[in-house]
Amino acid sequence: MADTQWPVYEVFHQQARGEPHIHVGSVHATDAEMALVMAKEQYCRRQACVNLWVVPAAAILASEYQDGDMFEHTTDKSYRESWGYKTPKTIQKSDEETPT
Amino acid sequence: MVIAIDPQLNKLSKEECERHLEVFEGRIARGDKVEPTDWMPEEYRHQLIRLIHVHANSEICGALPEGKWIPHAPSFKRKMALLAKVQDEVGHAQLLYRAAETLGASRQQMIEDLISGKSKFSNVFHYPAEIWTDVAIIAWLIDGAAIVNQTMMSDGSYGPYSRALKRICYEEAFHLKHGYEMVVTIAQGTKKQREMLQDSLDRWWPPIMMFHGPADKVSKHTTMLVQWGVKLKTNDEQRQQFLRQFVPKMLDLGLHIPDPNLRLDEKTGEWLYTEPDWDEFKRVINGGGPVSGDRVATRKLAHEEGRWVREALAAAATNQPVPMPTMTD
Repeated sequence: MADTQWPVYEVFHQQARGEPHIHVGSVHATDAEMALVMAKEQYCRRQACVNLWVVPAAAILASEYQDGDMFEHTTDKSYRESWGYKTPKTIQKSDEETPT
Repeated sequence: MVIAIDPQLNKLSKEECERHLEVFEGRIARGDKVEPTDWMPEEYRHQLIRLIHVHANSEICGALPEGKWIPHAPSFKRKMALLAKVQDEVGHAQLLYRAAETLGASRQQMIEDLISGKSKFSNVFHYPAEIWTDVAIIAWLIDGAAIVNQTMMSDGSYGPYSRALKRICYEEAFHLKHGYEMVVTIAQGTKKQREMLQDSLDRWWPPIMMFHGPADKVSKHTTMLVQWGVKLKTNDEQRQQFLRQFVPKMLDLGLHIPDPNLRLDEKTGEWLYTEPDWDEFKRVINGGGPVSGDRVATRKLAHEEGRWVREALAAAATNQPVPMPTMTD
């Protein structure tokens, strides 16, 4: 066996509790436990880290960039957005008398 | 200028090549990154693999001249900083080999090509670090020159390389600052210390002037790499940036730069200098430098001596009995 050609693990790093885990790169390792050791050495030499994930790269199913149109909206979805609604800065009082 | 790509190499018809190339170049023109799953010309792929492979080799070989000085560092503080720097360089090599792999290069092959002397590494690491002040000059000026190059490359068009370089530049900022602190300390030291620093600069200046690669007029790869956003500046432009940044500081420190022709052209704002000896550069990167053989041999020894660890890890992962190391003397 090629002794430097191990499986690839993707590395996700969390800077503080409550923050999202962010993908920072990948390592080679014989197994997940070793991947965690390698990831700590490679990606946690500087910035704070409270938690690390390693995921076998082979376990990731990714969408294709060329299929980017599948994320495009076919119809106007501005009604889902706050900016889709315009309201005046000041409220104009109606001239009409309120019916009594 | 249009770069023609070879339909045969790309296994496409001429029309398909043109269509793909238009999308590819459009992406680069917009400043979007090229990702491993995107179509790219084989010419781009080959150039990037070559470049990243040499870069990775240079990081791992770059650890050697300084690594030698860890046991001889003059203080505990310097020893800790040097250990951290050397660990960074080896880590950077791993990041870069990964980036090259995303283009289809084999990690095994890249490692073997380095220890068999088949692939290249940066010219500066073919020279020995003879005295302690060499360590200071390397950390300040070679890391400084490397940061000029890597900051520029980190804005390049290939996503995985660009992301690896951003992390590398972030870490190297400490190498540069620590190197400058060492140089400043020694430059303010005794006469003997200042003489040592000057001696280091005298020996390292010519290789440093070659670090960014051959002059634009003789560099055969530059045009394509610039066109496709791999390199955003030519070798000469990088050299100018390095000189602009470092020459005034060197003069402030009272160092004498060993080039009688070095001066600022007030009209163009460019530094004029003696053209480096590109024959020496070529000879050195092809394994003819003062310690080229030692560097490759050291890397090979490290690789061989680590083999039992790799075998043990592989065995542990498959629940096989863990082999014991074979002791050699």
